[in-house]
Amino acid sequence: MPKVVINGKEYEVPAGITVFQACELAGIEIPHFCYHPRLNIAGNCRMCLVEIERSPKPVASCAMPVADGMVIRTDTPLVHKARKGVLEFLLINHPLDCPICDQGGECDLQDLTLFYGPDHSRFRENKRAVADKYLGPLISTHMTRCIHCTRCIRFLEEVAGVPELGAVERGEHMEITNWLERALTSELQGNVIDLCPVGALNSKPYAYRARSWELTKVESIDVMDAVGSNIRVDVRGNEVMRILPRLHEDVNEEWISDRSRFAYDGLKRRRLDVPMLRKAGRLEPVDWREALRALRERMAGLPGERIAFIVGDLACCESMLLVREFALRLESPHVDCRQDGAKLPASPRAAYLFNTSIRGIEEADLCLLIGTNPRWEAPLINARLRKRWRRGGFQVARIGASFDLTYPVEHLGDSPKLLERIAKGRHPFTKRLKAAERPMLILGMGALARPDGAAILHLARRIAESCGLVREDWNGFNVLHTAAARVGGLDLGLVPGEGGLDVAGILAAAERGEIELVYLLGADEIEVERLKGAFVVYQGSHGDRAAPHADLILPGAAYTEKNATYVNTEGRVQRARRAAFPPGEAREDWKILRAVSEAVGRTVPLDDLWAVQRRLVEVQPMLGRLDVVEPGAWGAFGEAGPVSDAPLSSPIQDFYLTNPICRASPTMRRCSLEILQGAPPPQEELALLGATGTHG
Amino acid sequence: MSPKEPRKPHGAIAPDVERFAFTPENLEKAKAVIARYPEGRQASAVLPLLHLAQDQHGGWLPQAALDYVAELLSMPRIKVYEVASFYDMFHLEPTAPIKVRVCTTTPCWLCGAEEVLKACREVLGCEVGENSPDGRFFLREFECLGACANAPVMWIGEDYFEDLDYERTKAVLEAIKRGERPKPGPQSGRRGSMPAGGKTTLLDLD
Ligand code: SF4
Ligand code: FES
Ligand code: FES
Repeated sequence: MPKVVINGKEYEVPAGITVFQACELAGIEIPHFCYHPRLNIAGNCRMCLVEIERSPKPVASCAMPVADGMVIRTDTPLVHKARKGVLEFLLINHPLDCPICDQGGECDLQDLTLFYGPDHSRFRENKRAVADKYLGPLISTHMTRCIHCTRCIRFLEEVAGVPELGAVERGEHMEITNWLERALTSELQGNVIDLCPVGALNSKPYAYRARSWELTKVESIDVMDAVGSNIRVDVRGNEVMRILPRLHEDVNEEWISDRSRFAYDGLKRRRLDVPMLRKAGRLEPVDWREALRALRERMAGLPGERIAFIVGDLACCESMLLVREFALRLESPHVDCRQDGAKLPASPRAAYLFNTSIRGIEEADLCLLIGTNPRWEAPLINARLRKRWRRGGFQVARIGASFDLTYPVEHLGDSPKLLERIAKGRHPFTKRLKAAERPMLILGMGALARPDGAAILHLARRIAESCGLVREDWNGFNVLHTAAARVGGLDLGLVPGEGGLDVAGILAAAERGEIELVYLLGADEIEVERLKGAFVVYQGSHGDRAAPHADLILPGAAYTEKNATYVNTEGRVQRARRAAFPPGEAREDWKILRAVSEAVGRTVPLDDLWAVQRRLVEVQPMLGRLDVVEPGAWGAFGEAGPVSDAPLSSPIQDFYLTNPICRASPTMRRCSLEILQGAPPPQEELALLGATGTHG
Repeated sequence: MSPKEPRKPHGAIAPDVERFAFTPENLEKAKAVIARYPEGRQASAVLPLLHLAQDQHGGWLPQAALDYVAELLSMPRIKVYEVASFYDMFHLEPTAPIKVRVCTTTPCWLCGAEEVLKACREVLGCEVGENSPDGRFFLREFECLGACANAPVMWIGEDYFEDLDYERTKAVLEAIKRGERPKPGPQSGRRGSMPAGGKTTLLDLD
């Protein structure tokens, strides 16, 4: 390991790192703009200059590899002068508009200028003005502020894999643009807002809504997909103002998808904020007392087998636990948390987990995708796959509908029958799986939520077992969930019990009149119309697809409004924290279920969150171990049987509109229109781009 | 820096034509160029292909041509836009086919580039950055053309015209206007970049 001297002290540092990283290891901060640990080195901002002995000029430390015996100084007058000079140059063409800039207060340029910069400007000439660009509904631009660090370009090219931004022209005329006046199409594009060290790229929906220092920051967990991205919810008063990613190396690194970042405006719209009861065919607001009384009357004398529960995709473990306990007390076996009809068992645990773990993807060398489009189902898992692919020595093949995943994918075919051939060793891919050192397969809901899902699951298990995907030291069998609630639901055993019906069975039984009451916990992704014959209770946060068909609406809390437990697709248990209160009469979901159970005389005796969470751990001890991924138990699962020839495809038709919160979000709707359906950008917005408000 | 004005707001690539495709001959040429580079490195052919496209399209590149080249080389479109806008030799706006590029960098300027420009303005009847009224010539200034030993220099089509002054420039341009192809190189009669006042070394050689 090379030895270097930094500011007079000797350090031993790993070979192959840069001077910048060596200084970082030594605990010395080097100001920088263009350097980012997760992006390729650009070395174009010159902010990171340091002095290196025997080098005649200051050196850009981010692009300089360390060498044995280097003597580095970061605190000499020359370095300070260099930093001052660089900042003065950068500020020549940067507007002094911090008071009206959204980045103000969290701007690298502002902060570094404060610490290292000159205190006045000697520049008397005109600043260059750059016209703003149209990049779509999510990113607003103030290109006059751009310092050309190219982080945004590098992110889209390297991490997102959708190279749509570039630097056109050159020298003083260089501009960052996609040059098309069209929306960017990456589903990770929001991250460039965080990456931009100045106020050039900002959040469009958040524009001029708040100042960063007046926000309360609550660390929480995202539920827009089953990745369990770590997020920070910024609130002012009781309003969620924006959502940002939090660092979690094993889950989302420091990125989040655009759905996670921008769907929050759906939290304020179409909310169910008062209980409603259908009276003479119309839903009318009532108070909680009346709502519960109506339910008690309807349920009086109803035997358990005539009551069913369907749990939606955003439910937290706490409310699902209450469903479980309540159903037990009602003696209703008809409970299902798989509203899409996925043929997944509730045990063994490995049958429904992403066993390789998200970080584990980085060790794999061959991956088979089965009926999944990870780019839409879990953008960050796709980003990991891409990250792995970029390192080389990684091949991906697919069975199912084609989709651009941003890395090359070998298309084996569409039919699940291929799995039979692979399992029997009658397909060349079998050999490749066997030859691979760390092969993995990813089974999507598109392969499981179909009539032959159990048979496909069985085949996938057979392939995993026979081709060396499951070993002592490696588990390459992965189920990719799309619902944040699903793994938690399966952990709690929310599948039909003895003689119980699954979602399809419940719908059919309700049509036949055998099920008289259906309790929907945020379940909107089912054919609610078919429940016409039954009394439908809808507990949830949004007036989405199911609520209009309900006979009784119990307004619940959204994910930002409760302290709640979620389990991601890897089986990682994480806690979301309340950032705001539910609107109006809406209440936390477990409390509603607790009250309902009492009202109908089958009280679930859990009186506070502590008790609920204690009980959670009793039912499933895993749920008490936060933020770890434990290998799930392996065993027999799936059902041998014929598979049909129907082609496999992803269950997601529209990335931006997958759940009730997204569907209520105007931002997500606009994304769907502009990015997926190719609608033209609004003329008013284009017209505003001509002039920048920040000349000079 | 290039003397040309930065193009107006980069909202969109300025004018456009609906479609662009190489003629069969050009496609052959393009394939030959692409074949020079190893598999997976086709993007290296972007510069020759853009030149080819520009020549085919009468001296400038519409967006459709950029997109076509991007497609042909399996490059992200923006990468082709970056290249095309970076190099001064590519024109992204309609310009007349014959480009008259006058070097105005210091050595040429010292040796009389202003006179050359004056002659150009008079003969072509347009200002720097404009097309001539007859729509055949596009006049522009250029940075050092790398032929300073024969300053001042002007670059038209494939040819360099060197050792210019007012009269010689006029003569060259008028000849081109008449459809002739004047002899490129020094217009002073000297050979290559030999000393203007005759040889001073290697006297015994021809
Ligand atoms: S827009 Fe921001 S991130 Fe992109 S180059 Fe400019 S300063 Fe850097
Ligand atoms: S951080 Fe080193 S040059 Fe930008
Ligand atoms: S200065 Fe004109 S050719 Fe170099």
